[in-house]
Amino acid sequence: MTTPLELDINLLELSGVAKRFGGLSALSDISLHIRRGEIYGLIGPNGAGKTTLFNILTGLYQADSGRFTFNNMEYSGRCKPHVLAQAGIARTFQNIRLFANMTALENVMVGRHLRTSSGIWGALTRNATARAEEHAIVQHARALLSYVGIDRPHQTLAKNLSYGEQRRLEIARALATDPKLLALDEPAAGMNATETENLKELLLSIRASGITVLLIEHDVKFILGLCDRVAVLDYGKKIAEDVPEKIRCDPAVITAYLGTEPIIPAQAGIQS
Amino acid sequence: MDTLLQQIVNGFVQGSVYAMVALGYTMVYGILGLINFAHGEVVMVGAMVALSVIQLLIDSGFPPLLILLISLIISVVVCMALGYGIERIAYRPLRNAPRLAPLITAIGVSIVLQNLAMMFWGREYHAFPSLLPNNSHMLSGAIITEVQILIVLIALGMMGGLLLLMHRTRLGRAMRAVAENPSAAVLMGVNINVVIAVTFMLGSALAAVAGIMVSANYGIVHYYMGSILGLKAFTAAVLGGIGNMRGAMVGGLLLGLIESLGAGYIGDLSGGFLGSHYQDVFAFFVLISVLIFRPSGLLGERVAERA
Amino acid sequence: MRNALKHLSSKGKRGAWIAFVMLAIVLLALPFFTEELFGRGWVRIMDFALLYIMLALGLNIVVGYAGLLDLGYIAFFAVGAYCYALLGSPQLGLHLPFWIILPLGALLACLFGVLLGAPTLRLRGDYLAIVTLGFGEIIRIFLNNLNAPINITNGPQGISMIDPIRFGEFSLGNTHELLGLTFPSVHLHYYLFLFFTLLVIFISLRLEDSRIGRAWMAIREDEVAAEAMGINTRNIKLLAFAMGATFGGLAGGLFAGFQGFVSPESFGLTESISVLCMVVLGGMGNINGVLLGSMLLVVLPEALRHGSGPAQQLLFGKTLIDPESLRMLLFGLALITVMLWRPAGLWPSNQRRRELVAENDAAQL
Repeated sequence: MTTPLELDINLLELSGVAKRFGGLSALSDISLHIRRGEIYGLIGPNGAGKTTLFNILTGLYQADSGRFTFNNMEYSGRCKPHVLAQAGIARTFQNIRLFANMTALENVMVGRHLRTSSGIWGALTRNATARAEEHAIVQHARALLSYVGIDRPHQTLAKNLSYGEQRRLEIARALATDPKLLALDEPAAGMNATETENLKELLLSIRASGITVLLIEHDVKFILGLCDRVAVLDYGKKIAEDVPEKIRCDPAVITAYLGTEPIIPAQAGIQS
Repeated sequence: MDTLLQQIVNGFVQGSVYAMVALGYTMVYGILGLINFAHGEVVMVGAMVALSVIQLLIDSGFPPLLILLISLIISVVVCMALGYGIERIAYRPLRNAPRLAPLITAIGVSIVLQNLAMMFWGREYHAFPSLLPNNSHMLSGAIITEVQILIVLIALGMMGGLLLLMHRTRLGRAMRAVAENPSAAVLMGVNINVVIAVTFMLGSALAAVAGIMVSANYGIVHYYMGSILGLKAFTAAVLGGIGNMRGAMVGGLLLGLIESLGAGYIGDLSGGFLGSHYQDVFAFFVLISVLIFRPSGLLGERVAERA
Repeated sequence: MRNALKHLSSKGKRGAWIAFVMLAIVLLALPFFTEELFGRGWVRIMDFALLYIMLALGLNIVVGYAGLLDLGYIAFFAVGAYCYALLGSPQLGLHLPFWIILPLGALLACLFGVLLGAPTLRLRGDYLAIVTLGFGEIIRIFLNNLNAPINITNGPQGISMIDPIRFGEFSLGNTHELLGLTFPSVHLHYYLFLFFTLLVIFISLRLEDSRIGRAWMAIREDEVAAEAMGINTRNIKLLAFAMGATFGGLAGGLFAGFQGFVSPESFGLTESISVLCMVVLGGMGNINGVLLGSMLLVVLPEALRHGSGPAQQLLFGKTLIDPESLRMLLFGLALITVMLWRPAGLWPSNQRRRELVAENDAAQL
């Protein structure tokens, strides 16, 4: 199994990452790795540090210590969000953060910003290069909108879309940045069964197109049914990392979710 | 040496006035996230009303201290009503409007107040009668008048009272709750409209007192005095960390000191190139530098971005 | 069916052309009509209106597009104006030609924009507002006091006898006869300013609908999300600041050449605030709104100035209230009522979008 490819199999690696807010230790000594092409889940009770970890991965927070490598490049230390986006990490937000007063199409077009280059001069002269680029942006954005399944007029303002559509629009906007890793913060929150099912299919199709997916979810069932591997956080520490089948019956996980001693049989506890 | 001390005394007096006005800005900002641009004009109205009351009563034979007290009370009441009216008319209807809309109505209110004042009281500078004996004391080389001592004492007293109000009473708790999270406060049964109205009224009361203080200190009242004072006080609030009440107090005192020391020493510092006209430059320069190194002001919380 | 549509669209295109030509004729003839109907003073007011439109459009890039509250915008206007005044007047004995000074002033203003923006643009919202306000005041105070020990700006007296705008031998300061028509100085300036205003409108429109414009709006809508989408917010905000400042500097240069005199008084906080009012009152981020706002705020006070005295005479038989303060009072009331009535401005930018949606929906049917 030790082929040279093995070196390159991990897209993202964290080792010993820690983050404190004042006296509160939000994350301590987190080490994990996400392989290329997998769907990786991150679960844990409220306040376990999932979103904090997410914000470190996307540059919104700086880790206090630890190493962070992505796509064989080191990103430890101070790194701005746009640099990480450039590197290929795109994200959505737990509480949707769309550009509310811009149209659905424009939202996705903004996602193309970092893969395009027209500046002031191109905007003013609208020369052939700028026009071609603009055309390509629009085409790409339209394609992504229908890919995620938004069939409303693309000129609808983002704030006028339905909740489910807004969630998918956020995914389309993130996909527009050509990510290597798509990081989704509770994408199924507030969705009904059908919407969740559609989302699952969308995520599988995104993975099939070669993009690695990182998921934070509350819905344990959803994440265990979808992910290849799952890490569990509790009080800022990683308490487990494994395939879903193993996670289901990990005693530490069950303790974290159900309180101290598991009284009911472990398996039934989480699946219900 | 005595110049230094004198500048510090002057700065402290001016600073207490700034702090009182800055509190009005910071309280409103803390609760509504809004720059109440008309606040400076409330200070001016406070001073003007007090002036009129004093002019009315000065020949009545009442003792000067009583006249001062009456004028203070009337001007505080008028300003509280004014503050309430401003909030009711210009801000409340716009609570969910785009962020800059209330800024424009505030500017409108301030233009209206200024011009109304100009109609009532005229364009000229009025002398503010000195009701208190103009005794001054030597404080190891620096001169301080009794009026100035009174200003500092009243300011300290009012600020202490305000802090007590905020931290020891139901009303104060409600105000802090609304500042923290308005919608949660509503769910907990806080009447948000009352809290906001009270905030405006408290700020206006402080403004009225500050207006009288500054007029008594300089002996001059003018319809235009509110805007520059308001601007300085707002600067002080930002310097301390806007939305933070202790910050406004510290910022106000600090700005007063910076200005006064700056005016006194800027010439020496720049080798005679810059004169004391540059005291405002000095104040703004300090402000800008502070904000560059501490973007949320001296005592402001470092707001972690929430994603 | 398709033919009919095509016919319709070509008809629409022709209609647009006709409207365009008519508009051009109206704009060109406007100073003559205005002079005929209201007197030459109003042509001068129109010239100022055009300058204000340029300023408001510049500020619109900063406030309307990028969502950065700038309360010291007039400082850039001052930089442009003083640059023109210093390089084209007896003050320093320099008389550089107009076509050098004007771009230089705009460039200098742009540089000031970058210098101010670079350290301060990471400040959020109202902190940025107070810093820009402070910067505006600093510039004004320096202009006011840089007459000693070395006299550079001539202090509060300002700089006078500034060279008029001149193309070779053709000076805009004089009256010219062309094609049997008399063009007084104010008319000539009107045409020059109209040209630059149209240029600024053109640039704004192009920027609005571009990669850069979208990035600005994304920052305005949600800075955190914009950054997460890979926008280098610092640079893009700096660009907005620099563009806005450039327009301000341009307008400043034109102002100095037109007025022949500049003094620090013209560049106070009140001026910054009036320009901001134009942008917000009209409708931030929407060029039509900004045009409407600026014209309204230039014309309204003037109309009130001319109207409030006579109206009182008519109503009460004498002037009860000083017309100047009455005018400002009404102006303040107008600001309040308009904002209460239309909080998003008179002509908000969403409206344009809604029209677009309607068009798009119709096209799909």
